Amino acid sequence: MSELTNLGVKDIRDGVARGDFTAREVAESFNAAVEEASALNAFIVTTPDHALAAADRVDADRATGKDLGVMAGVPIGMKDLFCTHGVQTTAASRILEGFEPQYESTVSSNLWVAGAGMLGKLNMDQFAMGSSNETSHSGNVVSPWRRNDGGNTPMSPGGSSGGSSAVVAGRIAPAATGTDTGGSIRQPAAFAGIVGVKPTYGRCSRWGIVAFASSLDQAGPMARSVEDCAVMLGAMAGFDPKDSTSLDMPVPDWAGGLDANLAGKKVGIPREYVMEGTDQAILDSWERGKEWLRDAGAEIVDISLPHTKYALPAYYIVAPAEASSNLARYDGVRYGLRDLPDGAGLQDMYAQTRETGFGDEVKRRVLIGTYVLSAGFYDAYYNQAQKVRALVARDFEQAWAECDLILAPTTPTASFPLGDKSDDPLAMYLNDVFAVPASLAGLPAMSVPAMLNGDGLPLGLQLVGKPFDEQGVLNAGLAIEQRAGFEAQPEKWW
Amino acid sequence: MSVDKATVAKIASLARIKMSDEELERMAPELSNILDWVEQLGEVDCTGVEPMTAVIANRQRLRDDEVNADPKTGGGKRDEVLANAPAAEHGFFGVPKVIE
Repeated sequence: MSELTNLGVKDIRDGVARGDFTAREVAESFNAAVEEASALNAFIVTTPDHALAAADRVDADRATGKDLGVMAGVPIGMKDLFCTHGVQTTAASRILEGFEPQYESTVSSNLWVAGAGMLGKLNMDQFAMGSSNETSHSGNVVSPWRRNDGGNTPMSPGGSSGGSSAVVAGRIAPAATGTDTGGSIRQPAAFAGIVGVKPTYGRCSRWGIVAFASSLDQAGPMARSVEDCAVMLGAMAGFDPKDSTSLDMPVPDWAGGLDANLAGKKVGIPREYVMEGTDQAILDSWERGKEWLRDAGAEIVDISLPHTKYALPAYYIVAPAEASSNLARYDGVRYGLRDLPDGAGLQDMYAQTRETGFGDEVKRRVLIGTYVLSAGFYDAYYNQAQKVRALVARDFEQAWAECDLILAPTTPTASFPLGDKSDDPLAMYLNDVFAVPASLAGLPAMSVPAMLNGDGLPLGLQLVGKPFDEQGVLNAGLAIEQRAGFEAQPEKWW
Repeated sequence: MSVDKATVAKIASLARIKMSDEELERMAPELSNILDWVEQLGEVDCTGVEPMTAVIANRQRLRDDEVNADPKTGGGKRDEVLANAPAAEHGFFGVPKVIE
């Protein structure tokens, strides 16, 4: 039944509903694929029994004629940032090693109610801080993609949702959850040649997701087609009284509303996104993207987002500031690691636990956040960054007078070899330069595969929409998907 | 060089992260680079701009002021709360002696 692993979310669900195969057969096929894929290091823990139990419930429901959910029979990967009841959740950090939540995150719970099962907890950058999946305490995730030079240089799957992008691209899971704080769904989706959607801030509950930067964190789906993402997002989203920033709005039927006819739509091309240091192949893919959208009936217009240049530095104040506050909870008292040297007092225990438990990148960001929030620096750094953030958001608001959607590259480069940028934090940050502005403004955005570059590596195109207009973003993504004909997949070497 | 080793040591102490001399030595220039780079925000004219407080306009919801008004956000979960504690004792979190 190995061909079952080639199926996506909708095909699995429909096949199970029709009786072409059972949910159990699907779960068994993917469990086997997970077991074979240890070379990618994409999972921190695997949960084959969870996948099988969910599948058996779906098969039993079908046998008794009950209604099946929109994810019925679909086993997925769960990013290790989502708390899962009784299943270790670490955010890929040593400081949470052994932590078994006594509750289920709202998003994962929604997915189980919709009939999905869990293949395992996916590796990621530690506390979602990273763009290459090299900051995990559980080791690097290796991309299933390799360059077409015949070599075997291990490539980055992107980050922070790198385990998610790797398993979906490698046909080890039909879909996976991701979270996006400053590009962590879109950038790995682009690197891995899959689709990733970050909805409007507040669409998906943050309850039970290990917090990184709460004003930016959003969950979203990662899958191999736009339609699969639309189906899965519909299952993930919804109002949640347990999240104070959750949107109290109905969830549209995004999958049912998909329509690739863009007649009457205006797509803005932000001139400030033409930046030095962007690969020529990326610029070529952007040109093709314009052609594809024009072919779908859209009008392409030139727009300006004047504060684009300042979005990334503003992000690297706001996100670390929130992180330093959120991560104050890891103190060796309530959960996770406690490092208590002989005879040490409470303060020493805090400092020693955090020294041992946090990785370098997490320490860097906590320190930056502590600095920019400290007395005497708050106004110059944090307040100024929040003002610039308001200007970045205003740029978008003004742009919506001239267009309905924005088309841009997802990343300035394709995937790079693991280790290439890990010595230079700043160079790593710059990989999110096109992704961060939409995060700062809370806008729905997605990455959709466009083409392969000369090295045989995938490139993604990014669509950004107005608040709450996931449908417009998905429709344009569909128009690109239909015209790009992106069929490439990594050759199995693992 | 916006922060030196001594400044990083002070921030680390505020953040309750123990750092060795060698770590401070390594981290100081990295943090300096990042802070030098974010300083370009100073170029932006923000006259009359309010700092952002909510990215998507939303009203602040308040629950009824009573215990367990909404069972979904209610209490009564002591055992679950303590289940992952490194040292739970007598229904409390155990910590090293604080008062001599």
